[in-house]
Amino acid sequence: MADLSSDFLGIKSPNPFWLASAPPTDKAYNVVRAFEAGWGGVVWKTLGEAGPPIVNVNGPRYGAIWGADRRLLGLNNIELITDRPLEVNLREIKQVKRDWPDRAMIVSLMVPCEEQAWKAILPLVEETGADGIELNFGCPHGMSERGMGAAVGQVPEYIEMVARWCKQNTRMPVIVKLTPNITDIRYPARAAKKGGADAVSLINTISSIIGVDLDDFSPQPSIDGKGSHGGYCGPAVKPIALNMVAEIARDAETRGMPISGIGGVTTWRDAAEFLALGAGNVQVCTAAMTYGFKIVQEMISGLSQYLDHHDMALSDLIGRAVPNVTDWQYLNLNYVTKARIDQDACIKCGRCYAACEDTSHQAISMSPERVFEVMDDECVACNLCVNVCPVDNCITMERMPAGAVDLRTGAVVTDVPADWTTHPNNPAARTAAE
Amino acid sequence: MTNSPFTPGIVPARLDGRVLQENFADLHAPLDAHEALVAADRCYFCHDAPCITACPTTIDIPLFIRQIATGTPEAAAKTIFDQNILGGMCARVCPTETLCEQACVREAAEGKPVDIGRLQRYATDRVMAAGVHPFSRAPQTGKRVAVVGAGPAGLACAHRLAMKGHEIDLFDARPKGGGLNEYGIATYKATDGFAGAELDWLMQIGGITLHTGRALGRDLSLDGLCADYDAVFLGMGLGGVNALRTAGEDRAGVLDAVDFIADLRQADDLARLPVGRNVVVIGGGMTAIDAAVQSKLLGAESVTVLYRRDRAAMPASRYEQDLAASKGVRFVFNAMPIAILGNGAVTGVTVEYTRAEGKSLIGTGETFDIPADQILKAIGQTLATTPEELNITGGKIAVTGPGRTSRKGVWAGGDCASGGEDLTVTAVAEGRDAAEDMHDRLMG
Ligand SMILES: Cc1cc2nc3c(=O)[nH]c(=O)nc-3n(C[C@H](O)[C@H](O)[C@H](O)COP(=O)(O)OP(=O)(O)OC[C@H]3O[C@@H](n4cnc5c(N)ncnc54)[C@H](O)[C@@H]3O)c2cc1C
Ligand SMILES: Cc1cc2nc3c(=O)[nH]c(=O)nc-3n(C[C@H](O)[C@H](O)[C@H](O)COP(=O)(O)O)c2cc1C
Ligand code: SF4
Repeated sequence: MADLSSDFLGIKSPNPFWLASAPPTDKAYNVVRAFEAGWGGVVWKTLGEAGPPIVNVNGPRYGAIWGADRRLLGLNNIELITDRPLEVNLREIKQVKRDWPDRAMIVSLMVPCEEQAWKAILPLVEETGADGIELNFGCPHGMSERGMGAAVGQVPEYIEMVARWCKQNTRMPVIVKLTPNITDIRYPARAAKKGGADAVSLINTISSIIGVDLDDFSPQPSIDGKGSHGGYCGPAVKPIALNMVAEIARDAETRGMPISGIGGVTTWRDAAEFLALGAGNVQVCTAAMTYGFKIVQEMISGLSQYLDHHDMALSDLIGRAVPNVTDWQYLNLNYVTKARIDQDACIKCGRCYAACEDTSHQAISMSPERVFEVMDDECVACNLCVNVCPVDNCITMERMPAGAVDLRTGAVVTDVPADWTTHPNNPAARTAAE
Repeated sequence: MTNSPFTPGIVPARLDGRVLQENFADLHAPLDAHEALVAADRCYFCHDAPCITACPTTIDIPLFIRQIATGTPEAAAKTIFDQNILGGMCARVCPTETLCEQACVREAAEGKPVDIGRLQRYATDRVMAAGVHPFSRAPQTGKRVAVVGAGPAGLACAHRLAMKGHEIDLFDARPKGGGLNEYGIATYKATDGFAGAELDWLMQIGGITLHTGRALGRDLSLDGLCADYDAVFLGMGLGGVNALRTAGEDRAGVLDAVDFIADLRQADDLARLPVGRNVVVIGGGMTAIDAAVQSKLLGAESVTVLYRRDRAAMPASRYEQDLAASKGVRFVFNAMPIAILGNGAVTGVTVEYTRAEGKSLIGTGETFDIPADQILKAIGQTLATTPEELNITGGKIAVTGPGRTSRKGVWAGGDCASGGEDLTVTAVAEGRDAAEDMHDRLMG
């Protein structure tokens, strides 16, 4: 078993799997169950300022989309921050941290954008013995209308300002949780860094409408015939989150800043991908809400087996793929592949044919006996057939060796890389050459 | 091929060698990687899953299936072996239709459970084929334990004790270890010498010395073992068989089904194994079904299972019955043999219909004859040797809790002990639990 113990900002946890700030971490009962199940740490459900508790809707808060077999792929919610009294949460946080000293305990916070509000709450959190705080600048619904959450996260100057207030008023490490509801994630990340934040975590949920009832025309989830946008999360958002994490990991201004990866982590593989793209640990919400806390056992055994198999330490994995994330213009245009169909694995459904014939490059032939074959003189290697084939590994992309002739272009394949920056069709490249 | 299904008498080679080979191949082909992913995808990862409760060894089934689904069958195998070191054999022989798969919520929802047994095989095969033994021993304790019987119960017990650092002498009366895995389970459930391979794999833990050809009651005594060892586990199974008590039982051609099956399991060449043209199997359990199916697969022209009660009362599951029927075995229910016919060799059996009256069965008076040149008795096994000084209940060694017998320092489990169904998986669970209890006592 590989050693999964994790150190994030000096915060130690037995593994890099934390629960994200959300209902699974809303009270001691859940968090204790999570720790019993093996979670390495939690970010407590976002606390607001003292005073009358937050009010939630009393109708449905969540909506979902499903894949085949009703597998939950995306979850949408219109829930607000914790609706339990501040003192109750603080008391429970203190107790749980005392009972579980080896687990990470981070407290998520969202108070109005005034220094006094932050100054008031920070000492209360410090007093619990929590390991750090996470600033919720991400919630896209409800709280944002009140000038908090995503309303702050969408303005880099506010992020910088609040991060600085927090750093000045507490000794605890400060993690800034970013909203994906912006055009370029690097700006809020840079702002967090400028404000002195120790790390960023991302992503919070994406603004979304999960569906509309076609009989009563209410957006879902329906609250008495009306709906409002919610926050989208779960497996469907992972690709968006991965990109944002990678963008921050490779940005010259934020490179090296610790990142806590969030968004659709459901299995050990998802977690490993976040880590490879530069996350120092991961946080999970929807997967736990879908399957229960026990999934962490698979995450632990899977990541451990993977690291053992590749003879890597956890720290070797973190950021391992970052150097391979580049801009399109630097991709090797001399890397030529063709689709290959394994005739023994093929079950003759014809989906590759339909996809290629109707929507791509007419590069797959179909015989009267339903034998499907790739025509190298037409295949542009788009990968669509691979993506739509229902059988794992039945269609694969095979690289053409140097010296072979690409029947589509008639060109001889070379193993000397060349990209757009030097391509003859690139006006900029031509200018450079002149 | 020298003979055919129509050759009279008990003769070998009724079928072509190639056909025999096909007949005795894997009953359920192993899943390939794609099939395994599709099958694993169907698991809902239920909370407090009913399948776990239904498994006598309480394997964490949803977890191991999720581990397969996420591309780590090795981790899945470890999850299985943690609870059931014979998870490979159980994947092949468990009547899953009455255990985990019956409990699967998708059985309730769609009448089509998750393919738990075959997924279990997919994971365990992979690790065993790689020769990996994912357990190591704790530091030596200096304690020595005698385990009698190298069947599933004894093996599970010995392995768990070895893991805890104890030193085990494992005694078995037969020339090979494995118990009914080696001598009893239907050939098509454990092909390619799996029982032997699994035994070798299990022994990789170290600390277990197998002594074959050593029988308790003949070469060893319980007093002797108790004197020489810190603890004793008895897992001798059921070595005896019930007598039919029907006139003509001693005629040539009347055989115990377990002996017929043991010969079959040990045969190097199935074409040399004699089988009757018309075979009648008496009994209604797994042994009766296996004997009937395998007689048919060897080329018997007709095979009839005679069971004295109705179908619903039959101990063999409906799945097993249907399997037999699909191979051409005929069932006669509510009927009992009253005379075995013949003159030296068997020629048939006279059967009387029965009817239940309260708890007892009585003949209706209506009789008929079934022609037979071979009769296989499968009416239940019994404790062969009753070890001295142990309390017996219902024909088995009485145990309480995790296999404690009436004698201090002696535990028992598996078929020879009271409680639990007579199944491989139950024997494993009992052997394992006894080992845990023995360990606590030894170290406590
Ligand atoms: C024909 C047949 C088919 C079966 N099919 C299935 C099936 O498909 N699925 C299933 O789950 N179960 C099946 N069973 C039941 C299953 O095989 C048993 O429940 C299981 O093997 C019991 O394990 P055990 O360790 O208690 O005993 P056994 O497997 O019987 O092992 C006992 C061992 O003790 C040894 N022994 C006996 N007496 C002595 C002695 N005096 N001294 C030393 N050693 C001794 C024996 O040689 C043997 O190796 C079947 C049983 C039979 C008979
Ligand atoms: C019902 C629900 C409530 C949430 N509440 C909070 C919250 O209070 N504070 C917060 O920072 N994020 C909140 N989130 C966002 C999650 O912490 C997480 O960032 C997001 O769900 C993406 O991760 P996932 O795909 O693993 O669910 C909530 C998410 C859900 C589904
Ligand atoms: S009961 Fe069936 S669906 Fe549920 S966990 Fe077990 S195998 Fe999976």
